[in-house]
Amino acid sequence: MIKKVRQHPNQNEQLLFEISSPGKTGYQLPELDVPPVDPSQALGAAHTRAEIEGFPEVSEVDAIRHFTRLSTWNYSIDLGMYPLGSCTMKYNPRINEQVARVEGLAWAHPYQPESLAQGAMEIIAELEGALAEITGMDAVTLQPAAGAHGELTGILLIRAALEAQGNPRQKVIVPDSAHGTNPATVRMAGYETVNVASNEHGMLDPEALAKAVDESVAALMVTNPNTLGVFEERITEVAHILHAKGAMVYMDGANMNALAGISRPGDYGIDVMHLNLHKTFSTPHGGGGPGSGAVAVRRHLEPFLPAPRLRRAGDTWTWDYHRPQSIGRVRAFYGNFGVLVRALAFIMAHGKGIKLATQDALLNANYLRKLIEPHYDIAAQAPSMHECVFSDRRQAARGVHTGSIAKRLIDYGFHPYTVSFPLIVEGAMMIEPTETESKRELDLFADALISIAKEIEENPQIVLDAPHSTRTSRVDEVTAARKPVLRWQP
Amino acid sequence: MRYLPKSDLERRQMLDLIGASRLEDLYAHLPENIRFNGDLNVPPGKSEYEIADYFGARGGENANGFASFLGAGVYHHYRPVLVDAVVSRGEFLTSYTPYQAEISQGTLTSIFEFQTMLCQLTGMEVANASMYDGSTAVPEAAMMAMRVTGRKRVIVARSVHPEYREVLATYTRHQNVEVVEAGFDNESGAIDLRALERIVDKNTAAVIVQSPNFFGGVEDIQPLAALAHANGALLVHAFTEAVSLGVLEPPPDADIVAGELQSFAISPSYGGPFAGVIACKEKYVRQLPGRLVGQTKDASGNRAFCLTLATREQHIRREKATSNICTNQALIALMATVFMTVYGKRGLRELAEQNLAKAHYLGGELKRRFTGPYFNEFVAQASACDTINEALLRRKIIGGLPLARFYPELDGAMLLCCTEMSRRGHMDAVAEEFGA
Amino acid sequence: MYPDNFRYTKEHEWVRIEGDQATVGITFHAQKELGDIVYVDLPKLGTHVEQAKPIGSVESVKAVSDIFAPMSGEVVEVNGLLTDSPEKLNADPHGEAWLIKIKLSAPQETAHLLSAAEYQAYVGAE
Repeated sequence: MIKKVRQHPNQNEQLLFEISSPGKTGYQLPELDVPPVDPSQALGAAHTRAEIEGFPEVSEVDAIRHFTRLSTWNYSIDLGMYPLGSCTMKYNPRINEQVARVEGLAWAHPYQPESLAQGAMEIIAELEGALAEITGMDAVTLQPAAGAHGELTGILLIRAALEAQGNPRQKVIVPDSAHGTNPATVRMAGYETVNVASNEHGMLDPEALAKAVDESVAALMVTNPNTLGVFEERITEVAHILHAKGAMVYMDGANMNALAGISRPGDYGIDVMHLNLHKTFSTPHGGGGPGSGAVAVRRHLEPFLPAPRLRRAGDTWTWDYHRPQSIGRVRAFYGNFGVLVRALAFIMAHGKGIKLATQDALLNANYLRKLIEPHYDIAAQAPSMHECVFSDRRQAARGVHTGSIAKRLIDYGFHPYTVSFPLIVEGAMMIEPTETESKRELDLFADALISIAKEIEENPQIVLDAPHSTRTSRVDEVTAARKPVLRWQP
Repeated sequence: MRYLPKSDLERRQMLDLIGASRLEDLYAHLPENIRFNGDLNVPPGKSEYEIADYFGARGGENANGFASFLGAGVYHHYRPVLVDAVVSRGEFLTSYTPYQAEISQGTLTSIFEFQTMLCQLTGMEVANASMYDGSTAVPEAAMMAMRVTGRKRVIVARSVHPEYREVLATYTRHQNVEVVEAGFDNESGAIDLRALERIVDKNTAAVIVQSPNFFGGVEDIQPLAALAHANGALLVHAFTEAVSLGVLEPPPDADIVAGELQSFAISPSYGGPFAGVIACKEKYVRQLPGRLVGQTKDASGNRAFCLTLATREQHIRREKATSNICTNQALIALMATVFMTVYGKRGLRELAEQNLAKAHYLGGELKRRFTGPYFNEFVAQASACDTINEALLRRKIIGGLPLARFYPELDGAMLLCCTEMSRRGHMDAVAEEFGA
Repeated sequence: MYPDNFRYTKEHEWVRIEGDQATVGITFHAQKELGDIVYVDLPKLGTHVEQAKPIGSVESVKAVSDIFAPMSGEVVEVNGLLTDSPEKLNADPHGEAWLIKIKLSAPQETAHLLSAAEYQAYVGAE
């Protein structure tokens, strides 16, 4: 039975270009207090455009209705649980939004004098310090714009350090359970990817790894907990294997929500890792960005961090551009500062209590696992950390796969879990509840999945045709890709 | 803790069901040396009031109530209030990348509108759903041109934003790419066409030129494109000041446009988050990095939108992907979309004309370093930049950017920017200090 | 299912040889595994291709598969039909939706290819 939702009407809305009507305006500029300038005289007639053909003309009221109507077609965390595995969709505290808009922060120009930017620099320093403490690492850069960008930064750091020793080496080892971005990152850093298989528990196999590691290997990229939500229990051993051959260990911290306050990668041999501030540290995903991919390193990689670095000079902060060993810039200015403000606000709210948040994340995942396990096959018998991965094996035997179960969850009022990832699990259903779900919401979610399992036994068609309740029924992605229409045309 | 929605009683009930006695049991399987048993050295959790207070105080330590003439890739434009009203809606703010199209049509539709408006502005046929920012969009455009041409040599104008060029250097360092800089004409400030002719060759993948360039000058792209095309190279048009597109004709001969949209209601925010974009001719779409939204139909025959051409992306093509990026800047791009909607066809033009008029008012008062046409930024020749800026700070005005930091050859030159926010009184004050 | 006059590769390409020219396609099994095909990337006319080396790719909505040259030679014809109608690869992979024609430079390479019966055994029962 569907308990969480029932249908209510929502508004139709055409595209901006279709509601546009010549002569409508939604703006008013102040009177010009200087003499006007004729663009074609100042810039040359050839460089001056007649008009922006097709650009919309709507009123302010049209505009707010338009975007409000569109917004109602989205699901969001504010509506309910959003259990996308590996994405850490947790509550986004609203105080964070407010403090990011404080005038002196939101309107700070990156080139304003350092004497007039001390507050912004202090925030960056505070956050760097807090993230170093949480990860157990020695230094942090906040320049990378997102997780994959942090990944690239991390591998470039390893390359720079090895080059400084005389040989950058050729290969980076990536386990088959890794995030899809890893191989693309490896190539951008000028390395080749070597894949290693994980064992039957979805974990790295130190014996197999030892055979793959030699002097041509620069690094291992490891996601921990891995994409099965399982902690790499032999990670210390793994790090030893790499270090013994002069190679380094890069950790993808996408799943740091399982570790903050209870385990610190810097304490067990990780050389460099990235953090997704938009995951563990609650900054909003915003429909696909902005993110921030902080990178934390051990001391030996610190000289190579992107320039500039913050430095304390007396009682003020200054930007140090003289970093001869730096990998260079990965982004203009100092990173996604507005995201950094939000992340620091989150850390301040929790303080030492971030440990309890992590424990609750583990509690929620294991509670769900317990409720769901009788009805779906768990992917790996190993203990779950902050997420649990199931396989659709039992349901697939009745002709219903993970993708359809996911769509049916929508009818029950939930956003689907992550579908078909990790690739090493057949028909993967990857569920990450995060710490900000209540027991009531988890119970409803488990009820929904159990009810769907029953539907698959009794009436699989209802699941195969889902969703039934959305304003948009199943979208034809094949036609979209075969005949791409990527902009509106009259 | 206010963000954790469980009572201790509920935790107890949940632990009982799991068969654990304490929360610590949930990770008792971690080896002892892996567990962190200490207390994190961070302050205790703070109330909402204390957090607001802390950031208010930090904001107070930055510039407050100053007029500013800084531009250089980050511009001080008015942000219509509708922008925050829309992006503060939880449906946009707290949703994920729109993979589940049936419950993400809001985000998908707005991105489709964004792509369309960017095509209209740039004169291109395809625009992606946004990139991290301009400084990463330009190197991505360079790599795109290399994939299209199969060549490994890139020419970048020295008048492209210096920090963008630094990112380009980092991105290309390990890809066997030769990056060559093309100088600017010392008189006009525009790219030196003669010098460019000598360095463009049949191995060149792209000529990257920014317009308005870092000095605010409007480049004549047509001959540059002709030169690039004669050698089989692509012309990449970079921009940092999107408002200029309200009045400037987009170069019809460009192959790829890559730029920064911060000017479209994205607050300066000490350098980010911003939104970049890449637009191109349709024939290059398979090499375009970043997400794309396409129009299609749903099972009932209604118009619907979805992410499309995903096979270009990192999670499918892995080491052969067009780029390793997966995030776009959806929420920030939405700010730009709302901005473009509010201003619309007439408003963006009028806004651009105001910027032009303001900059030319101040530019007319000062000794300009270059002679070429300019939009809302220009380079002024000063005797001592630092002295002028210090005097301006005393009048609560942040002056321009002394260029010697990035261009040793332009010692004594200052880059100044005027927008619709620049008041005549402040501009007169700047002119006064320059004359003093 | 698999025509006797074709030879096959373990990467699921087929080849039909007529004189010194060979027509190349992907097999029924390959298109079935990929699902709805949305895009085909083929080499340009005049490209020299080498046996077992990648020459292009086929894409479904969420997967990409490389195409390998079953034999070496020069590309003398490219099937333009697939640019606008990639779905033909699902409908008629062994006929209308051939990919390219090659002027063979090493006809003896057929020795490395499978017969219809061998290929059928390799992919098992459909």
